[in-house]
Amino acid sequence: MSQDMVSLNYRVNAEDFAKAGDASSNTKKVLKKLGIPSDITRRAAVVTYEAEMNIIIHSNGGEIIVNIDTTKIQIIAKDYGPGIPDIDKAMEKGYSTASDHVREMGFGAGMGLPNMKRCSDEFKIESEMGKGTTVTSIIHIPN
Amino acid sequence: MYLYEIRDILDAEVIAGKSRMDREVDFAFGADLMSDVLAFVNERTVLLTGLTSPQVIRTAEMMDLAAIIYVRGKRPDAASLELAEENGMTIMCTPYTLYTTSGILYNAGLKGIDELGVIK
Repeated sequence: MSQDMVSLNYRVNAEDFAKAGDASSNTKKVLKKLGIPSDITRRAAVVTYEAEMNIIIHSNGGEIIVNIDTTKIQIIAKDYGPGIPDIDKAMEKGYSTASDHVREMGFGAGMGLPNMKRCSDEFKIESEMGKGTTVTSIIHIPN
Repeated sequence: MYLYEIRDILDAEVIAGKSRMDREVDFAFGADLMSDVLAFVNERTVLLTGLTSPQVIRTAEMMDLAAIIYVRGKRPDAASLELAEENGMTIMCTPYTLYTTSGILYNAGLKGIDELGVIK
């Protein structure tokens, strides 16, 4: 793997279910190509995929930024609102505000944010009502 | 258990990845909730589902799953199949329900992921 940092940036549109998974799929392919160990790649793929689905399902649109260097993968999922009113509640396993339509696709089980946290070494949610939410996940790459 | 053995005992039709039937899996996991799949399975697991949305293939792709078995005669759409081929996955369809499919596989020695202690 080169010493340089690799940076990926994907725009994710609200309710764009047809493209759901594109950003995560591309990210996973890049990580594979860089020779990142498969278990680390899988964890990063889960975080990116859940983040991508969250933006599509719950937000007014946003973006996913993935920064990769020799020591870590940083995944930043940023959206333009509406914001999470109660983050503690959103982090509870099984809690979901997703619609029936989303549940029919296999999502909205209330496992998204807990899954992301579980796959991360460092995990942070910042949210402001009316402004938006930023979820930052860092996964360390062992030497 | 090899994928070709699974195909045979489930009377399954293979609709993608026919040339990759000699891969082996250690566990099976049945779900229509993709976040549960993302939470619990590992790459040595075959997914049993009745959900035909393309998100099933995407989920399997993220987890490096070798195969998906659609139960109750369900079939994924063309876009899903294309995505599966692209990712080197095997897709099978069995006429049996989820419960019966699980029973047949369990009887034949394919265990659930419970013994890995991942479900708390």
